[in-house]
Amino acid sequence: MRERDQLLRDIGMADFVLTELALYLDTHPHDRRALEYFNHYNRIKNQMEKEFSQKYFPLNLRLTDCGKEWRWGEAPLPWEGECA
Amino acid sequence: MWSYEKRLQFPVNIKEPNAKLAQVIISQFGGPDGELSASMRYLSQRYSMPYREVAGLLTDIGTEELAHMEMISAIVHQLTRDLSMEEIEKSGFATYYVDHTVGVWPTAAAGIPFNACEFQVKGDPVTDLTEDLAAEQKARATYENILRLIREPDVCEPIKFLRAREIVHFQRFGEALRITQDKLDNRNFYAFNPAFDRCEDCGCDK
Repeated sequence: MRERDQLLRDIGMADFVLTELALYLDTHPHDRRALEYFNHYNRIKNQMEKEFSQKYFPLNLRLTDCGKEWRWGEAPLPWEGECA
Repeated sequence: MWSYEKRLQFPVNIKEPNAKLAQVIISQFGGPDGELSASMRYLSQRYSMPYREVAGLLTDIGTEELAHMEMISAIVHQLTRDLSMEEIEKSGFATYYVDHTVGVWPTAAAGIPFNACEFQVKGDPVTDLTEDLAAEQKARATYENILRLIREPDVCEPIKFLRAREIVHFQRFGEALRITQDKLDNRNFYAFNPAFDRCEDCGCDK
């Protein structure tokens, strides 16, 4: 697997953990261990997203640090798939 | 408001087009228990949900359903993008193709177009959450029906992921219903509608 795809997959996994924990915390807001997990994976995901954006393309507008170029449009569209 | 992430919640990389599969899987886009219906149901119900944590859960699950709608649409797109005319004619896809070519349009597998009557906003928390529980089970059963029809691993994997999410959402909605009932009169949960009736002297938290 290409390094780019591997990093994207890792971001997806970290984000999945965050999605799952967010839903759990919605109904268990006082679970401190879940909250610690959330904060931990949130830091990891933010770091990976920043790295991905600098190396390849921004995954969201918040990470689109354009300088002189509009980089948001270079990103492949997610529904294209790797087999396109 | 929302912001967009240029990635799918779970990867979809389908190698071979297959119009027969696309025709059944599209039901989870525009069908009665599909992801469009799911996202609109939860995102519409939250305004009349009087308990902030439950309205927050509806927002977060409704948002995840939008990501599921995108995954289903990506599956349908990848299953139809390189179809030949011969495959379209042989697979029974011509009735869809004539109106939509290979664009992705919300419809049930049997051709019934999406409409808002696929879901309900009753404006009554117990009623709405009970519908949400049933909706997650109906979607799970639909994914299981789809899994009986397909063998291709590159299609099965994202469908299995989506099926598993229905079970997690069912669990969370069960907790949301319990949270809601804890705030109501435990001698009679149906004594009044907390999203509408003014409550004085009924012994509830509101």
